[in-house]
Amino acid sequence: MTTTAQPMSSSGSRQRVAGFRRLMRDYPIIPLLFILTVLVAVLEILQPGIVLREDGLLGLNDRWISNTVKFAVPLAILAAAQTMTMITGGIDLSVGIVATMVAFVMSTQVASGVDPVLAIPLALACAALAGLASGVGIAIFRVHPLIMTLAVGLVVEGLLLVYQRGMLGVSAQIPEVITWLGTGKSFEVIPNSLLVFVPLALFVGFTLRRTGFGRNLYAVGDNEGATRLAGVRVWQVLIVLYVISALLAGVGGLVYVGLIKATTLSLAVPLMLPSVAAAVIGGTSIFGGRGGYSGTIVGAIILQVLASMLTVLRIEEGTRRIIYGLIILGVTALYVRITQERSG
Amino acid sequence: MTATPTTVAPNGGGTAATLSRLVRRNGWVLTLAAVLALMFAFTKVIQPHYGMAAVSVLVLAVLPYAFATAGQSVVIIAGGIDLSMAAMMTFLSVSAAALMQGQEEAFGIVVVVAILAMGLGVGAINGLSVVLTRVPDIVVTLAFFFIWEGAALTVMDAPGGAVSTWLKELIIGNVGADFVPREISTYLPKALLLLILMLGLVWIPLRRSKLGLWMYAIGSDKRAAHRSGVPVDRTKVAAYAVGGLFAAMGGLALAMSTGIGTPTQGPYLMASVAAAVLGGVALTGGRGGLVGPIVAVFILRLARQDLTLMSVDPNVAQVVEGLIMVAVVLVGATVAIRGRRA
Repeated sequence: MTTTAQPMSSSGSRQRVAGFRRLMRDYPIIPLLFILTVLVAVLEILQPGIVLREDGLLGLNDRWISNTVKFAVPLAILAAAQTMTMITGGIDLSVGIVATMVAFVMSTQVASGVDPVLAIPLALACAALAGLASGVGIAIFRVHPLIMTLAVGLVVEGLLLVYQRGMLGVSAQIPEVITWLGTGKSFEVIPNSLLVFVPLALFVGFTLRRTGFGRNLYAVGDNEGATRLAGVRVWQVLIVLYVISALLAGVGGLVYVGLIKATTLSLAVPLMLPSVAAAVIGGTSIFGGRGGYSGTIVGAIILQVLASMLTVLRIEEGTRRIIYGLIILGVTALYVRITQERSG
Repeated sequence: MTATPTTVAPNGGGTAATLSRLVRRNGWVLTLAAVLALMFAFTKVIQPHYGMAAVSVLVLAVLPYAFATAGQSVVIIAGGIDLSMAAMMTFLSVSAAALMQGQEEAFGIVVVVAILAMGLGVGAINGLSVVLTRVPDIVVTLAFFFIWEGAALTVMDAPGGAVSTWLKELIIGNVGADFVPREISTYLPKALLLLILMLGLVWIPLRRSKLGLWMYAIGSDKRAAHRSGVPVDRTKVAAYAVGGLFAAMGGLALAMSTGIGTPTQGPYLMASVAAAVLGGVALTGGRGGLVGPIVAVFILRLARQDLTLMSVDPNVAQVVEGLIMVAVVLVGATVAIRGRRA
């Protein structure tokens, strides 16, 4: 190593800092897993027995772990939408309300006698339409994704209210398959939602890493102009992206309603902010061009553990939101520093 | 005389020339004003009883939107955007209601001053974070969207608090002082007077000051402004602080009109962006003023009132309103691209 030859300790430490920066940038999963371990350790210290249990599986509190996973899954699915849009330099602020819409439409349709096999695709089709609307605004009219998805979310919310008035006589009903998926466990420990999540995660990971579409997403986020000059039809990529994003949000909503087992018009709205935070923590740059889904998954678990910790500490909802906001701001500022170091 | 007009117009400094210059410079604002006038006429047609009482209701509805839009416009003109506008309003509004609860009437004045100062501070925090972290405005203020929302919930987790009676009365009814002629007083809702006064007190001196000029400068070309010696960072913080001040006014207006504080965000963020864009403030920064956006707020609110008058289901009305805003932002963004290419 050349570092050892240098007499100046300060330059050695600077190199170590640079090395750490590179590690953070290229393999965010390693520091993330470290943070997760620390959080879990702190949680165990705060409330002994929450993580470790002698009578549990492998000496762990399997109940707590599978519960954490169960709640992390819908969040991770919504965060997948966020990861994909953020890689292009966008964001999808309509995921919360779109997820809610899918859950609400599905359960009211089932309650009014439609077979779940039909109701689920129908509800997802509504999500696809919302995604199409966002995509058209962003790709063709060049509205900033943040503003466009916020606006579409507003319209969807209004439409949902209109729809609800048309459905006043119908009480929502969640089909058994959805509750089984959201709450059920196989072999007493493995949450059934993983049956949806694992293939979905593999699909997202594969799309991002191995397909032309995935490469286009990174290219658009890195340099949209250059991508266009290279012959990519950026507008098509973006429209497809926002439709996929809305569909992911919809699937997340279905799993979440199976978990919560109550259909309201604000069901998945509280997941919106953590979904952005999970992707940001997971190392996906909000400016585009960098990131991946594996980091986001760990980010979602970290947030879930953090949520347990905040509950143990009896921290209220307001403070929680402040903390999430500060996390987004802090982590983004950190990444800006890291990337500027590279370019400068 | 018939041949002269073409030659006289350019160098003759008569009223006609002044007028034409006024029209040329404020074309968009005048168009908006004409649209608003047409909409009032339309409203009168569909609802023959539409009168000053309904206008007072309209102005009351306009108040928080107008302040949110004013704040958003200032920030956008300076080349930023503040997504935490509605969250700041909520936070400041519940703070006001919480501070006034159980206090004497006169204490309200202290609270109003405190909230306005807090607004400046809260806005400055947003601006400072943008400048210090070098993270784009849209991301920083998104984080603050959550932070101020959380702060509002920390102050009050359910609607509550109280507002001094004199404050509530400040926006109800028409101006009724003895020295004001009756003809005017019946046509001037107190809320409208308050709106014009507050906006004018902040905006007119600002627009004429060096700081105002700097805001336009950093909004239209940051680098050029920096090279001409404009303190870019300080100006940006100041613009956000003014945005926060308007958010404080909006928050107070919310508390005044409801009499309590509500810790959930109203639809003011999207509305403020849409009204600013419709009012001629370019999303790219450096262009527009405050008059256009305020007229735009009136147009958007009157559209909502018309939907109610036509007895459209309020939920459907919300959808229509949302679609109008989406359309405005879509067109605004397209115009912005054209402007950049030209």
